[in-house]
Amino acid sequence: MRRNRPAARWCGLFLFLVLSLAGCSRRETRVEIADREQVLLKGNGTEPQELDPYLVTGVPEDQILLSLFEGLVTEDPVDLHPVPGVAKSWDVSSDGKIYTFHLRENAKWSNGDPVTARDFLESYKRMLTPSLAAEYSYMHFVVKNAEAYNQGKITDFSQVGYQVLDDQTLQITLENSTPYFLSLATHMSWYPVHLPTIRKYGDPYLRGNKWTRPGRFVGNGAFLLSKWRVNDVIVVKKSPSYWDRDRVRLNEIHFMPIESDDTEERAFRAGQLHVTQTLPLTKMDLYRKNYPNLLHIDPFLGSYFYDINVTKPPLNDKRVRRALALSIDRESIVNNVTRGGQLPAFYLTPPGTAGYTCRTLLHEDLAEAKRLLAEAGYPDGKGLPPIELLYNTLESHRIIAETIQQMWKKSLGIDVQLVNQEWKVYLDSQRTLNYQVSRASWIGDYNDPNTFLDMWTTGNGNNRTGWSNPEYDRLIAEAARITDLKQRLEVFQKAEALLLDEVPMIPIYFYTLTTAQRPELKGWYPTILDHHPYKYVYLEPNKN
Amino acid sequence: MFRFIAKRFLEMIPVLFIIATITFFMVRLAPGGPFTTEKSIPPEIQKKLEAFYGLNRPLFQQYLDYMGNLLKGDLGPSFKYATWSVNELIWSAFPVSLELGCYGLAIALILGLGAGVVASLRQNSALDHISMSLAMVGICVPTFVLGPLLILMFGLGLGWVNASGWDSWRDRILPSLTLGFFYAAYIARLARGGMLEILNQEFIRTARAKGASRQRVILKHALKGGLLPVVSFLGPAVADIITGSFVVETIFQVPGLGRFFVTAAFNRDYTMVIGTVLFYAVLIILLNLVVDVVQVWLNPRLRFE
Repeated sequence: MRRNRPAARWCGLFLFLVLSLAGCSRRETRVEIADREQVLLKGNGTEPQELDPYLVTGVPEDQILLSLFEGLVTEDPVDLHPVPGVAKSWDVSSDGKIYTFHLRENAKWSNGDPVTARDFLESYKRMLTPSLAAEYSYMHFVVKNAEAYNQGKITDFSQVGYQVLDDQTLQITLENSTPYFLSLATHMSWYPVHLPTIRKYGDPYLRGNKWTRPGRFVGNGAFLLSKWRVNDVIVVKKSPSYWDRDRVRLNEIHFMPIESDDTEERAFRAGQLHVTQTLPLTKMDLYRKNYPNLLHIDPFLGSYFYDINVTKPPLNDKRVRRALALSIDRESIVNNVTRGGQLPAFYLTPPGTAGYTCRTLLHEDLAEAKRLLAEAGYPDGKGLPPIELLYNTLESHRIIAETIQQMWKKSLGIDVQLVNQEWKVYLDSQRTLNYQVSRASWIGDYNDPNTFLDMWTTGNGNNRTGWSNPEYDRLIAEAARITDLKQRLEVFQKAEALLLDEVPMIPIYFYTLTTAQRPELKGWYPTILDHHPYKYVYLEPNKN
Repeated sequence: MFRFIAKRFLEMIPVLFIIATITFFMVRLAPGGPFTTEKSIPPEIQKKLEAFYGLNRPLFQQYLDYMGNLLKGDLGPSFKYATWSVNELIWSAFPVSLELGCYGLAIALILGLGAGVVASLRQNSALDHISMSLAMVGICVPTFVLGPLLILMFGLGLGWVNASGWDSWRDRILPSLTLGFFYAAYIARLARGGMLEILNQEFIRTARAKGASRQRVILKHALKGGLLPVVSFLGPAVADIITGSFVVETIFQVPGLGRFFVTAAFNRDYTMVIGTVLFYAVLIILLNLVVDVVQVWLNPRLRFE
């Protein structure tokens, strides 16, 4: 008997622990408590780099800043069309170049100061000041002389197209009539910031200013910053000074920077989140089968494509590039590989972007592909050296690359070697054109085809293919000048047709946004930029 | 003994200096930089950014600047998280990792020593085989399997604890267990081996022959020597465990230091990489020193030199 005693003791201790936990029984989950208190618990991807709207570029930051600031115009919760924000109304001159914004008298900063036209002017001056090195300053380049000021070519800010007419009136003069200007102005780079606060904590025109800490932070949005624990949570509380506070129904939002999508999904299932940032591919079938009402697959303004380095043979030959593009079975990729409701992409700009859908299609056409390849001197792929396909190390990219590798081998007889690189190494290879074919993607900055098409102009930093076409450059420049909407979209049609004919990139699919959402989450509409103006969001638990 | 410790502290300085130097130049060798982004930054903005952080200056000059600040204890600003300095990030995350590490260590020691010692006393019994098989499983099952399994059972299945997070005491349970089990398995095997060796030695037999009670023989005589391998393992292991584990912190969404080790490298956050490496190095050196002192105390054959 004595021999077994130590084991018995351990078992006893273990049982005691288990039972003492079991005694607690099933608790109220975090979302149940949060529902009662109107606290939104949101998975938010990664830890934000910063909360200064001029110094960030990422989606997680954007999602948080949307609650903390409000621009002149803001977004409709359903379709994101520009609606009055701090400006209650605006007039546009007949040539479309001068916008006069009339600001609300009751718009306030979170410290009680009124939001004035001067605040906007000073904010935009900060945004464009070269020493701040704001990455998104180009979002202001539609404004007269903004680019010149940002590049230090002029130093007198009064020459830049912002003008304060009085405390409540701000006039903005553009370089050209820009039909998408108001959409652009909802972007975070157009939020105002409170200069007196920033000055208190350092030079407002340099980085490294620490004004965005809780307790120091001043914003003008529906919520104000209350807690920031790195890699844990950012809490924003309903702002008592916001002009439209009566409409705001949430009391708090907790943004959780959960980097791993598996961890996030488990947190959602354990009742710790109302909405996730994404959903792992591996869980898609489970949700389709067991929780179809929680799974949301919504269109998203983004394209997945392959860049082609057009500077090196054999891919400097348009026929070879076209052959590659024509021999991809995109339907099969979205149905069998990505399986998240993505749309096959036969062109680059996601369909319906601001009323624009490209008419030129890059359909699968094996006969034509074979013919082109033979014409280029490589019948059935003979004589063609193996092509390297580069992607950044990620499971989903690898599977797609392998699928396409097989398609090209099977239908064209081309050998493809897969190369994967760590993220920053991959970015470096892309930038220096040290690749042949490379995975790439683009998420629209604003709802207009221009955000997908102007990047292919000569010398654009995002055109990492070496492709350059004067006619294409001319068309994009022409589109920027045209005021007539219909005419302008026609020019984009021509430009995109040219792009698809030259194929410096091969479109593959259009992104979708896959999330898990609790049924009590209301006022949360599927929008192509994944923006959900929080003042319209509320929680309505089912009472049964 | 005082001289021994003072000497080791002095030795620490050149070691840290060499580590800082090597790390400083090694992170620069990796392609891409802190400001390489997917969306291109206009070249003039890129230049301003680099100038602000001094990255446009000759590398050796940057090195001298960095070492100058390091002497003052300043690890510099984080390139990725612009509002925070590396010091702030480390000091906000380290307490979390330390807390989690202490729980994990406690679990590892209780389970590991318990199982190891008991197994050694009952060599080749069923108890020995069971605890050593469990230890083998503990070593073989990686934390990224054990963690989600525990969550599946106790978080999602039974609903006793949250699946992730770091708010209440309940949130501490699963990550501590996951972290602890892994080390417990090692400790159990080391403790068993060490004890077996000691138990066969003559002085134990002498103690027994002199009529010392079984408990006294084990606790007073055998344990001291038997735990030597565990102690030498614990030095680096404790440094490892209290600076956080990337896997455990990612699975359980714990805001600890472990994640910074990995993400800093991915982000090419140069200052953060050097900062975390140095911090880790200091801890390892200090804990190894503690181990050496403890070993001398445990093993009378050793002397401070």
